[in-house]
Amino acid sequence: MKTMLMSANYAAARAVVSARVEVVAAYPITPATTVPEQIALLDEEGIYKGEFIRVESEHSAMFACIGASSAGARAFTATSSNGLLLMDEALHWAAAARLPIVLANINRSVSPSWNIHVTHDDSMSKRDTGWIQFYVASVDEFYHTIIQAFRLAEDERVLMPVMVSADGFVLSHTVSPFDYLEPEEVDEFLPPYKPPHWVMDPDNPISHGNIVFPEYYQEFRYQMHEGSKNSLKVYPEIEAEYKKLFGKYFGGMIAQHRCDDAEVVFTAQGTVGAEAIDAVDELREQGYKVGVARIRMYRPFPVEEIRKLASHVKAFASFDRGVSYGFGGHAANDIRAALYHSPHRPFVKSYIGGLGGRDVTVEDIKEIILATVRAVETGELGPEETWHDLLE
Amino acid sequence: MVAIREMPMKEYVLKGNAACAGCMDTLSLRHALKALEGDVIQVVPACCTSVIQSLWPKSGLGVPVLNTAFMAAAATASGVRAALKVKGRDDTQVMVWAGDGGTFDIGIQALSGAFERRTDFLYVCYNNQVYSNTGTQRSGATPLYAQTTTTWYGKTEPEKMLDLVVAAHEPAYQATANAAYPRDLYDKFRRAREIHGPKFIHIFIPCPQAWNYPVEKGVEVGKLAVETGYWILWERIGDEFRLSPQSKRYQDPSKRKPIEEFLKLQGRFSRLFKPKKDEKKIAELQAYVQHRWDILLRTFT
Amino acid sequence: MPKSPYSVPVVGSTGKTGSWRTFDPVIDYDSCSRCRTCWLYCPEASIDLEEDGTPHIDYDYCKGCGICAQVCPKKCIEMVRTTERTGAK
Ligand SMILES: Cc1ncc(C[n+]2csc(CCOP(=O)(O)OP(=O)(O)O)c2C)c(N)n1
Ligand code: SF4
Ligand code: SF4
Ligand code: SF4
Ligand SMILES: [Mg+2]
Repeated sequence: MKTMLMSANYAAARAVVSARVEVVAAYPITPATTVPEQIALLDEEGIYKGEFIRVESEHSAMFACIGASSAGARAFTATSSNGLLLMDEALHWAAAARLPIVLANINRSVSPSWNIHVTHDDSMSKRDTGWIQFYVASVDEFYHTIIQAFRLAEDERVLMPVMVSADGFVLSHTVSPFDYLEPEEVDEFLPPYKPPHWVMDPDNPISHGNIVFPEYYQEFRYQMHEGSKNSLKVYPEIEAEYKKLFGKYFGGMIAQHRCDDAEVVFTAQGTVGAEAIDAVDELREQGYKVGVARIRMYRPFPVEEIRKLASHVKAFASFDRGVSYGFGGHAANDIRAALYHSPHRPFVKSYIGGLGGRDVTVEDIKEIILATVRAVETGELGPEETWHDLLE
Repeated sequence: MVAIREMPMKEYVLKGNAACAGCMDTLSLRHALKALEGDVIQVVPACCTSVIQSLWPKSGLGVPVLNTAFMAAAATASGVRAALKVKGRDDTQVMVWAGDGGTFDIGIQALSGAFERRTDFLYVCYNNQVYSNTGTQRSGATPLYAQTTTTWYGKTEPEKMLDLVVAAHEPAYQATANAAYPRDLYDKFRRAREIHGPKFIHIFIPCPQAWNYPVEKGVEVGKLAVETGYWILWERIGDEFRLSPQSKRYQDPSKRKPIEEFLKLQGRFSRLFKPKKDEKKIAELQAYVQHRWDILLRTFT
Repeated sequence: MPKSPYSVPVVGSTGKTGSWRTFDPVIDYDSCSRCRTCWLYCPEASIDLEEDGTPHIDYDYCKGCGICAQVCPKKCIEMVRTTERTGAK
């Protein structure tokens, strides 16, 4: 292990080397572009040993990954926003074919208007594709989560593709030190990919994906659902092993800070969840019993963890950097759904903000937490959702 | 040309599959796979060939088939090729087997990208000139005046000259074939097999369902396409162009049968003959035959 | 159930497709020249050849398209109503 100083995107390219990825297929889009750029350089300099297919679209990028993974190769791509949306058909395909592809998504707003800054609508609109989803908050976490993602995706109990999302610019282009692992160091944790289910091989000519009638289709979908949910068991095992091997741990499926005795817990995905640590610490100093729960694994949704938190908090302040138009914040909706059958149902206040890359500061977060504290005090939940910092 | 008795007996298109009776697509695939002797990973986008394979958990094809999305055949094949390269299996063919819809229309971007990247694979377009899978809608390969379920009174534009588009990518090997000439087709697949780089074979596939001709007449219809000069058999190894013997004699327009003979066998052209013969439109199609010859020879010779 | 829908090659993936037929190809072996043209053109691969080229129709799978009868240079394949050949009603 050695320390490197790089942007998150460059670190992601390094994760591809560390994980001994065999095929990368990617297409440029801001702010993900520097991932394929850096992989190209590592490829041309012989540091990345696999194949890099410089495809002509993101749709082709994901289908090239599908082809590669189907033939038994470890495959990776990176994209953002419109690129992720163009992949839609392929995302569903990869998941249903049970191909353990890893995708680094750099969250960016969806057009129109053109806006290259962070909003989570791109990946959140892909929650239902079957892909396991992580949201990360630091360069180091991005790098190591990509490595972990391969192990999780390839686990026989899971066999689902994994998407690791990082906030555009705020994280993707932030330069920060991270702990780099040589491929030799990673080998023990991540052995070569050997498809345990099916593979394209002329010596054993099975075919994949021909017609399935209604009498069986549902059973395949059920297994996808089970595979996804299995990662709730498998990921903690992987994390424990990773911690043992490399001393790295990023907080489980929901990274918590001062939640144990908290009455109000602020939840968020991505960098806002890390920003909130300072807000919580400042409020703690003022005597407020508050904490932050940063949701790292978003699909499958860590329902049990949310319920555990709900058993001792009085309110959640859920912050979403994206919108399910007509129904509100993605995470707020999911948290509320997770709690419906729970004996403990604290308030879930929903905040939407930071869209299009608008800054979410410590002050913003404090304001949101304090408003939630007031809701607890008055016993009034207030509006179904609040658009934070909305101009008149 | 290969003698029938020299062709491998082993079958990779297995009997009892889901193709229509008289399917010229399965006939072509049968000989293509014999030529490749099964050392192939076949990539199939949405098309009739996705159906022919039959229902899960059975397959009617004795080679590994990776079914993929309609517009993604060449991209999927690119990934398969890259994986094989990493695994050191350079001799295994990666073959796309796509319909005209998946090639002329929705798949053309991926096709262009894969060829520009000089991907070592064989892209086969089996051209039945229509979207058969979804019930006979027009495609970019549907000829002028052919009736389809989206051009009930006949298509108003001629087909795209896809071969020229492909040629612009300077493939390592390019050929046209015709299901009615399986030995020529077999030879072309044998030649393609020996060449590395992007390769393209474009097969003319009469379809009894979509063209509405008597099911036993597939070979006759296919041969008429060549004998009228409508479908030209040729190949190109690098820059070296040659007309295949079956078409060579029809370079001379006086040797060609009138296009009408090809048209009148097929229900899809019935409006050219009923309620009364439309001489003008038939003449237009006849003239188009020469136009294609002129362009082809001007481009390649 | 496997995790995802992969398929294994089998003869008869769609069952005994011979049941699709209304006409059966019947070979007149006295006229047959063993030229193998019928074998070459059968889309279904349902004509088996003996070493010497003698063709045999596999009626379990032959779909009765009639292409073999059309291409036979000796015109020695006749399409006969299935009910007549088998005597079935
Ligand atoms: C994105 C997408 N759009 C539409 C379809 C529906 N579709 C499936 S096959 C097909 C037509 C295929 O035509 P062609 O490629 O000519 O093959 P053929 O069926 O004629 O063999 C269409 C429109 C699809 N599967 N995917
Ligand atoms: S519709 Fe035409 S191409 Fe498709 S399976 Fe039937 S005969 Fe073959
Ligand atoms: S095509 Fe006719 S003559 Fe030739 S082998 Fe077949 S049945 Fe005999
Ligand atoms: S009728 Fe058709 S399927 Fe049957 S043997 Fe002849 S060519 Fe083959
Ligand atoms: Mg077609």
